[in-house]
Amino acid sequence: MSASRTGWWRWVPLAPATILLLLFLAAPIGYCVWIAFTDTQLTGQSGAEFVGLDNFRRAFADDDFHNAVRLTLVFTFVSAIVGQNTLGLALAGLMRAASRPVRTLTGTLVITAWVLPEIVAAFLLYTFFRREGTLNAILDWLHLPSQNWLYTLPILAVSFANVWRGTAFSMLIYSAALSEIPREVTEAAEVDGASGPRRVRYIVLPMIRRSIGTNLMLNTLSTLSVFGLIWAMTRGGPGNRSQTLPVFMYDQAFLKSLIGYGTAVALLLLLVGSLFSVVYLRLMKVEP
Amino acid sequence: MRRAARARLAADTALLVTAAAFAVPLLWLVLASVDAEADLRLRVPASVTADNFDAVLTDEITFTPMLNSLLLCGGATVVSVVCAALAAYPLSRHRSRWGRSYLLTILFTTCLPITAIMVPVYGLFVQVDLIDTTYGTALFLATAQLPFAVWLMKNFMDGVPVVLEEAAWTDGASNLQTLTRVVLPLMGPGVTVVTIYTFIMLWGNFFVPFMLLLSPEQLPASVSIFTFFGNYGSVVYGQLAAFSMLYSAPVLVLYILISRRLGGGFALGGAVKG
Repeated sequence: MSASRTGWWRWVPLAPATILLLLFLAAPIGYCVWIAFTDTQLTGQSGAEFVGLDNFRRAFADDDFHNAVRLTLVFTFVSAIVGQNTLGLALAGLMRAASRPVRTLTGTLVITAWVLPEIVAAFLLYTFFRREGTLNAILDWLHLPSQNWLYTLPILAVSFANVWRGTAFSMLIYSAALSEIPREVTEAAEVDGASGPRRVRYIVLPMIRRSIGTNLMLNTLSTLSVFGLIWAMTRGGPGNRSQTLPVFMYDQAFLKSLIGYGTAVALLLLLVGSLFSVVYLRLMKVEP
Repeated sequence: MRRAARARLAADTALLVTAAAFAVPLLWLVLASVDAEADLRLRVPASVTADNFDAVLTDEITFTPMLNSLLLCGGATVVSVVCAALAAYPLSRHRSRWGRSYLLTILFTTCLPITAIMVPVYGLFVQVDLIDTTYGTALFLATAQLPFAVWLMKNFMDGVPVVLEEAAWTDGASNLQTLTRVVLPLMGPGVTVVTIYTFIMLWGNFFVPFMLLLSPEQLPASVSIFTFFGNYGSVVYGQLAAFSMLYSAPVLVLYILISRRLGGGFALGGAVKG
């Protein structure tokens, strides 16, 4: 019996998880690397030719790919880095000064938006931004010009949707981080006459530096893989004006049946994601 | 006015404005679901009606997709939690360079954009004939959620003192017996959190079943709701809102059940929120 606690087979319980991960994650990633270098047009097609770097060369010469990269950068920057991150930090900070009922109300609403299924969130924001939707009704009421948001500013509409849906996570992380700052530290600074903004700049932000890093990285990574939200709201359109990389990948691989090309794009996305993950693990200096 | 009171008022005002922005789409959902003439605009219904719910509470629209979701996500949750509990045990109890690399790989996988591998997964599923099968899709969903479940489970397991297991070992219990009879019962709340969290994440997942399931009668609610409002020429918004409420209700209830335990220190939840 005691052998199971010393020998190699004490690791046997890892087997089921490892098998699943190898079959359903590692194998697809390996397969991804393989088809990205072929001219596969349809799934399961036999005799697809090895084409080397053609798919990647094609991507770098493709205006639609450039457009998708640009939109992914805009979407990630606006919704994850500025939106979710900053709003989450602001909410967490304000909650420390606010009264209890307001805190509970805001927290509940923000978290509800997070827990809702992706497609429901997409659908709600879709109705909000439509020409006949609530946003324009509010603007009309304020005598401000209304417009067809999903047509004129699709990437901003989906970015806002992602902020609406994803801010709760940042809020929770920052609430936890802020509650760990000893009150004496901020009080001492206040007694010394440091103004609010200065206290935030020189005391609070440096003390939650690690949380900021973690949060930015996780927001970026999850935003890179947003598909359902955008697909349900705009299908990447009008034209390709909200076509981020995951949507572009889907469009090329399935609607245009260019599996090889779509997979090459997926591989690039995966590489960017891996790069971020490695940087993130480095920064966290994880000690399991 | 005192300074503290002024700060509180400013904070309250700012939060209420934000709360309103978050509330409007949610309010639309609630009001439209009981409005016989709901359109895209938020408004108070002229009269409250249950007609929308009546209309969608049919086998085709609600019960079959919800049952499909339950089978798909329930099955995937069971697989994921069982595998995670088994895997977490050696990772939590034995220190070694090997276990550390394994955990780092797991953490790395947690961060990968799963969306990116859906094209090759689709290709592989076609080749091995797993496409359009509930169990194939459930296994993939289970795997996608697995790294995070392992990580979370290990953290909970680390909180259970080893002394109690040593007593069981002395009495001649095997590793598996120690895990199922001593460790897991002691971390009951932890296992519950991992299970519910996994289920919530899978319940809302759209892309995986959207890619891997094809026949309409197998589709879970996450995909059927999409075809519902995506492909029909004229959408009955009230009914769509009613169905959205029904589809969202289980995860909202489950979240309320575990929210206290997740609390603020729930530091990695977002890695898989997409």
